[in-house]
Amino acid sequence: MANKTAESISSEEFFYGHKACAGCGGSLAVRAALKVLGQNAVSVLPAGCMSAVGFNFPQLCFSNNSIISTFAGTASMLTGVEAGLRAKGYRDFTAVGFAGDGGTADIGIQALSGAIDRNDDIIYICYDNEAYMNTGIQKSGLTPYGAKTTTTPAGKNIHGNIRPKKNMFEIVAAHGIPYAATASVGYLPDFIEKVRKASQIKGTKYIHVIAPCPTGWGVAPDATIDIAREAVDCGLWYLAEYENGEFRLSRRPKEFTSVEEHLKKQGRFRHLTDEDIKIITDSRDKKWEYIDRTFSL
Amino acid sequence: MSRKFLSGNEAFAEGIRLARPEVISAYPITPQTIVVERLSEMVEDGSLKAEYVHVESEHSAMSCAIGASSAGARAFTATSSQGLLYMAECLYYASGGRFPIVMMNADRSTALPWNIYGDQRDSLSQLDSGWIQAYAENAQEALDLALMSYRIAEDKRVSTPYMANLDGFILTHTYETVDIPEQEQADRFLPPYETDNRIDFDSPKNMAFSAGPDTNFIFKAKAHAAMLAAKDVIKEAEEDFASVFGRRYTGLTEDYLTEDADYIIVTLGSIAGLCRETADKLRAEGIKAGVVRIRYMRPFPNEEIASSLKNAKAYAVLEKDISFGNEGTVFTNVNSALHKAGISVKGYNFIGGLGGKNISAGDIENIFTSIADGTDTVNIIGAGGIGNGK
Repeated sequence: MANKTAESISSEEFFYGHKACAGCGGSLAVRAALKVLGQNAVSVLPAGCMSAVGFNFPQLCFSNNSIISTFAGTASMLTGVEAGLRAKGYRDFTAVGFAGDGGTADIGIQALSGAIDRNDDIIYICYDNEAYMNTGIQKSGLTPYGAKTTTTPAGKNIHGNIRPKKNMFEIVAAHGIPYAATASVGYLPDFIEKVRKASQIKGTKYIHVIAPCPTGWGVAPDATIDIAREAVDCGLWYLAEYENGEFRLSRRPKEFTSVEEHLKKQGRFRHLTDEDIKIITDSRDKKWEYIDRTFSL
Repeated sequence: MSRKFLSGNEAFAEGIRLARPEVISAYPITPQTIVVERLSEMVEDGSLKAEYVHVESEHSAMSCAIGASSAGARAFTATSSQGLLYMAECLYYASGGRFPIVMMNADRSTALPWNIYGDQRDSLSQLDSGWIQAYAENAQEALDLALMSYRIAEDKRVSTPYMANLDGFILTHTYETVDIPEQEQADRFLPPYETDNRIDFDSPKNMAFSAGPDTNFIFKAKAHAAMLAAKDVIKEAEEDFASVFGRRYTGLTEDYLTEDADYIIVTLGSIAGLCRETADKLRAEGIKAGVVRIRYMRPFPNEEIASSLKNAKAYAVLEKDISFGNEGTVFTNVNSALHKAGISVKGYNFIGGLGGKNISAGDIENIFTSIADGTDTVNIIGAGGIGNGK
């Protein structure tokens, strides 16, 4: 049977020969997005996993124009690249950023906010693996409640991270951005469609894609897709879009799969008590009450 | 050519208009703000065709300029003081990537305590960031540096970013009569930016990459060689500048009555004029005084300084800077130049103007006379000797 999604994207590889860990969700997101955007994408990647695995002179792994930015400077460098190319008379290109959760929600949030405020014609993709993985699994602003990282140890007194994820999707939407979306590498065709849609919209676009890190999450390298899918199916993550001032759900699971099962598969959550899991489940339910009330389907 | 009554900031903005930057990233900070205000007006009235980007911080100002330069565009930004320090990471990034961005820095004190007035602790703290550093003395030189900066930075032998420094308020906000060249002259002097160090859709590049221990030093050695090559390029640019505009500059330093001088003040920036006036006064009294104005701190004029100071009985470095726990940074650099040349002349350091404190003619006269008599090696004007004894 023909695979419509596979046929819709380039058969060329633009991010190839890098040294990402087996099962890396982030590198899959980058690879898929570039297959949508094609040869004339100019990628900007901050210091982080993707630049660390892809840009080691003389082994350079992008076959489209690509540049590393400062950690905080993904969006501001995208701005400069886009303005510079336009000033030089180029029209047929896409300036696209790929930054992790720390590079987006923590150190890079100011520059991202500035770029959205200016409505610069760029696509910003946050590949969210829920911690500073490149430096060895430290807590970021997008690390979920309860997760064990190397700076939020799970002990008798504190059970991992004590704060929930920042809501980057709605933070970005609150700027009145032309297009924002959430995605998961577990639902790759949905992600690919959203990248395609973003590439056809003028102004700033933001896509937040859950991209598991088997190393940091404590799952097998071949579990990436399943765990990313399950995150959506159990309701801890959701697929949605923001466009023309409206939120729209891309997928509404009829019944959620078990949160506990999903969490207990992952080394970073294995320490959680029943009480911890209840807190997480309650917060999921509260979030979905809000989503069902305010998002259209 | 036209003549206008302009502040240093306005003169620099006029020079930038003539240089035709293609991307300007703008963020306000006193006492630089007037530069980006004037440039926004030029873009609005159509006399400057550039992408004018309202960035949300100095870090983004430089990051944006780097992105624009990586696209092959001529990029400009301006900053001062805390802003320069806030973008410091990006300074090293721009020079490491060999992006010939030009930035004007209004030299200003650094907090704490807060202070908006002029000293040179901001830019001198960034001497090692890999940027060419020029220091203007007056508004005309500011305008001329704006034009020369791109010519020097973009030269393929150099390909290094360029920081033009203007003393905060004393130069940025003081009005002088300035000659403004015609666009046709500027275009003759400064060709459009051409480079291979850019995004290329026919032959895609991976830029701003990592380089490990096996190759990293090679990139650094090349950056150093390029900065040294700027010495010749600066001289060539000034020769061409003189033939197009009729104004001649003197390279990395500017000497005044140094040939037979017994006592020489080495300084930089806008205070040099008062030093020269004081030298004239002392000469009339029979004291052989001279002045060396450093125009470029990077590349550093080692040979020029050694040559100017070699026959003096004593010299003083007058600077608006201190490296706590040691001495003024300019003094350290000057001493190194003499030591490398095998020259032994007694040197003194006078630190003044911190946080905008006025340096008077009397202060300067006192420097000349006290180095003739011998004094503490390192002195903060008004606070006395702080270093070794006599």
